[in-house]
Amino acid sequence: MTGQQQTKNVSDKSVIDLIDQQVGLHPRITALREKGREAFLKNGLPHNKEEEFKHTPITRLLQKNLSLEPKANKLAPLSAEEFRIEGLDAYKVVFVNGIYDPTLSSLPASSDVVVKTLADAVDDGDALALEHLGKYADPQTDGFVAWNTAAWTNGVFIHAKRNAIVDKPVYLVYWHNAEKEEVVSVVRNLLVVETNAQLEVFERYGSSGKAGHFSNHVTEAVVLANGGLDLYTLQNDNGQRYQYAFTRIHQEPSSRVNTYTFTFDGKLVRNTLQLALDGQGIESHMFGLYLLSGDTIADNHTVVDHRQPNSFSNEIYKGILDDNSKGVFNGKIYVRPQAQKTNAFQANRNILMSDSATVNTKPQLEIWADDVKCSHGCTTGQLDEEAIFYLQARGIDKETARAMMLFAFALEILDNIKHAGLRHYIEAIIRERLHQ
Amino acid sequence: MLSIKNLQASIGDKQILNGINLEVKAGEVHAIMGPNGSGKSTLASVLAGREDYEVTGGDVEFRGKNLLDMAPEERAREGVFLAFQYPVEIPGVSTINFMKTALNQVLEARGQQTLDAVSFLKLMKEKMKLVDIDQSLLNRSLNEGFSGGEKKRNEIFQMAMLEPRLAILDETDSGLDIDALKIVANGVNKLRSSSNATIVVTHYQRLLDYIVPDFVHVLYKGKIVKSGTKELALELEAKGYDWIKDEVAV
Repeated sequence: MTGQQQTKNVSDKSVIDLIDQQVGLHPRITALREKGREAFLKNGLPHNKEEEFKHTPITRLLQKNLSLEPKANKLAPLSAEEFRIEGLDAYKVVFVNGIYDPTLSSLPASSDVVVKTLADAVDDGDALALEHLGKYADPQTDGFVAWNTAAWTNGVFIHAKRNAIVDKPVYLVYWHNAEKEEVVSVVRNLLVVETNAQLEVFERYGSSGKAGHFSNHVTEAVVLANGGLDLYTLQNDNGQRYQYAFTRIHQEPSSRVNTYTFTFDGKLVRNTLQLALDGQGIESHMFGLYLLSGDTIADNHTVVDHRQPNSFSNEIYKGILDDNSKGVFNGKIYVRPQAQKTNAFQANRNILMSDSATVNTKPQLEIWADDVKCSHGCTTGQLDEEAIFYLQARGIDKETARAMMLFAFALEILDNIKHAGLRHYIEAIIRERLHQ
Repeated sequence: MLSIKNLQASIGDKQILNGINLEVKAGEVHAIMGPNGSGKSTLASVLAGREDYEVTGGDVEFRGKNLLDMAPEERAREGVFLAFQYPVEIPGVSTINFMKTALNQVLEARGQQTLDAVSFLKLMKEKMKLVDIDQSLLNRSLNEGFSGGEKKRNEIFQMAMLEPRLAILDETDSGLDIDALKIVANGVNKLRSSSNATIVVTHYQRLLDYIVPDFVHVLYKGKIVKSGTKELALELEAKGYDWIKDEVAV
């Protein structure tokens, strides 16, 4: 318990109080949690001048809009019906204010897959969970990962067993009930996809109420040889949500990972998504779509780390920004010296719908191998006026013409969704947003 | 049908149309010819309502209404059709989807019954034959990766679908080989009737062998400097535009 004197600001102090409240929770991993705490004491919350956060003043906004004091929220009961999505037959795990709600959840009885809370997995001494937890998310990454490591309360543990093609997606709901008071939740997930197994996960953030709330999520995933993981994330919280989501996926040889990150609403969304391609024959796709309006800030920091030869990664993030919204995209691609014959592609495309919307986009390629194919490109512009005129000249009104163009822009991402029910659900949200 | 009086237009600080007068009646085909930079495409664009151009003077009446007051989509619904010189490529929007939206908006504005998917497809198949266009092309993103000839055929296909009262063909022949030109011209001819009119904007006489005009006008420096019948086009082809320039200079 040393080092408090090193803390830099009020919010650091509040976070330390929150961390210290959780001391003693999950005793089997005390050493890991202590490592997180030490890292937080050393680094604190990221300063706005830090390179990784310079366009997204998350710490400042947290100080300004949240007290970060522990609150005991009384929860109004929710019905499972609220989270039902037509066309999505899924196992479901619901967390309300970071607390697992068994009445809203439906876990599989299948022998192919284990889905339980991470708290249960750790406290029951699940060997696989204990083997992988904390192995991929380094608490030194930043203050949020440190905080999460030190003080997560719950989350999900999913284990797709060897050769199992998991029959339904696992649908994770992160609900905040902020009717009365501010909410802070610290959620930790661990996904283990074993050799030849295949798993789909769909995460959804939402809330009720007007109070400010914050979620600190860290997800670690490991996909073993020839395994497959499709990870869908929908961030469409129309409340006062500030969120930090860190996801790190470790891929073994011949594994396949597709991530889909849809950011449609929220006060501030910061995603850090890192893929480590640690083997040959790996294929990874990262798709992102952000439709921003109001004063939403959405920041996607991604890393693709090619560590071995003969793997393929493809990343495409697209954004439509209106009003005073702000987008940040930072895409790092590392190709290590031994990772010859790597194919790595990256694109970020943005459409600005208003004069006060902004985008900061930065590709960062660091390539140490010489026999590779890598490309990146980013564009930011307005809707093509000539195309709108063309549609108008055929009798289509301007508003419909714009909506058609925007939908077409989003379609490139939408078309990659493999799950039909999810595609339908997300397409409907996009159509509504674009008035199509 | 169309009455243009002393039309003047500019882009930026540059005056391009310097007082155009033109009367087009139902059933007629008018050819507008002229050297590069004479204002032919500007005239076509101004009539279709392209916002880049500012109308600085004059009037345009279309079927008794002030055309210049209308938004581009309103002009289209009134029956003005511009076949683009450079049709725009729009990734992610299929021609079929686009045409269905357009046709139904036009029908709705005209107080006519909109088409359901089945009757739309039926109509579409009928019109596809006119320009010998394949449905697989129309399933694709609008004009994306189309050859020059495919783009122009797609323009005439759209024209066939929308059945305009006034079709303005802006350099529809540019970039077409003779076979594609024949297909396009054939489509246009089949759509001609006593109740609609066509303005053919072209630099070369070649297209007018296939779409035979009733009147030929020569545009130079933003004005119609000479009008005549189809023989004028042949004379221009034989002698070039220089004699017109000389004539105007005198």
